[in-house]
Amino acid sequence: MHEMSLAEGVLQLIEDAARQQGFARVSTVWLEIGQLSGVEPEAMAFCFDAVTRGSLAQGARLEIITLPGTGWCMACAQTVPMKEVFGECPVCGGHHLQVTGGTEMRVKELEVT
Amino acid sequence: MCTTCGCGTDEVKIEGGHAGHGHGHEHVHADGTRHSHEHLHGHGHENGHGHPHDPADGHTHAADEDPTHSHAPGVSSARRVQIEQDILAKNNAYAHENRQLLAGQGIFALNLVSGPGSGKTTLLCKTITMLAGVPVAVIEGDQQTSQDAERIRATGAPAVQINTGKGCHLDAHMVGHAMRRLALKDDSLLMIENVGNLVCPAAFDLGEAHKVVILSVTEGEDKPIKYPDMFRAASVLLLNKIDLLPHLDFDVDAALAYARRVNPQIRVIQLSAARGEGMGEWLQFLRDGMASAAAARLATVDGLKKRIAQLEAQLAGTPAQG
Repeated sequence: MHEMSLAEGVLQLIEDAARQQGFARVSTVWLEIGQLSGVEPEAMAFCFDAVTRGSLAQGARLEIITLPGTGWCMACAQTVPMKEVFGECPVCGGHHLQVTGGTEMRVKELEVT
Repeated sequence: MCTTCGCGTDEVKIEGGHAGHGHGHEHVHADGTRHSHEHLHGHGHENGHGHPHDPADGHTHAADEDPTHSHAPGVSSARRVQIEQDILAKNNAYAHENRQLLAGQGIFALNLVSGPGSGKTTLLCKTITMLAGVPVAVIEGDQQTSQDAERIRATGAPAVQINTGKGCHLDAHMVGHAMRRLALKDDSLLMIENVGNLVCPAAFDLGEAHKVVILSVTEGEDKPIKYPDMFRAASVLLLNKIDLLPHLDFDVDAALAYARRVNPQIRVIQLSAARGEGMGEWLQFLRDGMASAAAARLATVDGLKKRIAQLEAQLAGTPAQG
């Protein structure tokens, strides 16, 4: 979607944490990215490398934890897996789904020195 | 900066002032060198100057010098730090600030999003003219030029142009500055016209009550499923230019079915800003929204007044009145 600005957001969070917690280098970054967030993990990895060049996270390993998409099907009255935001219910084939999970874009954890 | 499109916020300009203070920016020189700057001029958002220790910034630590100053000799200083923060946390914090400011003044704010050429500015001009007497202010977002803000000002409404330069969306920080520049009236309507782009603005909360997506019938009816994030983020869909339907193959039912597939709750208003058809329903939506925002402000004010009266009664040593 707009992975470059998201990668910059990640770097900002890392730099804020570095200031608050006093670390100088980041060796691994764990992100949680929902399947329905519109974020392409490959584009994210590419942009992360570009954005962190010359920063405290240069060369850091990026681990993307993919969180599954889930939705509430109004017709089935249950939680079902979703692959796209406008997906069909895998049980009844209907489209009346409310996304309940999988839109996350979070920095979960860092390994720092 | 945003993008798959390789755009940056370096060149953000807000009419009538400078926009580039209070936040960091980064630029890349022709030779590939990348610089990061923090410009924190202390207008209440954050404090402290960051200084990442980085080999590229010209100084290095001696091999025996532990840059993290670990207090446990012999123990590796590598450690895990829990962050658990949303990547858009900064933008969302600014959006929250904008939303509080708007709520405090009872202002109904909308974020108008669409692809280029859907008729956003014409719709705005027409809306302002038809709402004669209602206080409306406009924030215009475009990459370049202040032509749109000038078109709005010609209707008599105050407008501020934000030029995003290479940036392809407005963010909550820019909008907060523009809001302050507009000197917004209590119980008024604020319309924010985002940069013409059906992708990036979807992710950026500006503090608005609703995102309103505008789709014109001269576009493809499958846009809702081609750009699902935007149609999912919006709560209202305006189908514009319906006066042209007799001349086009546009399938209204198909377009609305696609939109509801992405967002079952989306409210649809069909209209023609140029000819006036359907504008009544849109204006009613705006009036209802303004009335709710104003009522919420009064409820808050009344609630606070009651609370103050209770506390004063307590201080005076008499039992509080419910």
